[in-house]
Amino acid sequence: MAKQTKHKISNNIRTLRFMKEEMTQQQLAELVGVTRQTIVAIEKGKYSPTLELAFRIANVFEVPLNEVFSYDDNKNS
Amino acid sequence: MVRNLLHKVKFYIQLIMTYQEKKSLVNLVSAILVSGIYYWYVFRDNPGADMNTDELLKFWGKTIIIGIPIAIIARIVIHIIFGISNTIITKENIPGTDERDKMIELKTKYVGQMVFGLSFVLAMVFLAMDKSVNLMFIAIIGGGIMSEVIENLLQLRYYRRGF
Repeated sequence: MAKQTKHKISNNIRTLRFMKEEMTQQQLAELVGVTRQTIVAIEKGKYSPTLELAFRIANVFEVPLNEVFSYDDNKNS
Repeated sequence: MVRNLLHKVKFYIQLIMTYQEKKSLVNLVSAILVSGIYYWYVFRDNPGADMNTDELLKFWGKTIIIGIPIAIIARIVIHIIFGISNTIITKENIPGTDERDKMIELKTKYVGQMVFGLSFVLAMVFLAMDKSVNLMFIAIIGGGIMSEVIENLLQLRYYRRGF
């Protein structure tokens, strides 16, 4: 039987916002050029952003991409 | 008192739905309402009852051709009313579209087109089975409305639950 793979992209945006002078979701959304709802969806793990948006978010916080997003790969047989 | 009520309504609407969700809901309701009212108005007296096939084809052609601009104008009016009332009640600017909106639109349009494609195949099946021309057009128009309903329901689901 083939192995089923579950992926999950998690992020630290909420923490990073807090560390960056308690930046609001609206401020981050404006800086990266998306709507606040998209930032909300990303933070809640309901939407995985494109690579370009992920880099833009990382650039705002001035950290490498892997400090913002992490990829968990749980393999279930 | 009215001001207090408006404030409560504004808070409740902002709390339960985003602009995109409200827009999908308005699209959904207007798709059902506009088509429903128009086709009810056209068919209220059963106009195609004593027509031959050529007359039926002409009748359906006219019905669809007239229905398209009516649907477009009605939708524009509904969206203008929605935009104005949303801005007045919530006092929020209408947000632009971003990559997530485009992605949701792409995914839902794909499903909508599949539904419409299936309804077209069903219409051809009716033709091949020598059924009435009415049935073929009902399948096509019904499929069009159904595809729009499914598209907007899916949009609502994607905005609420994510994807």
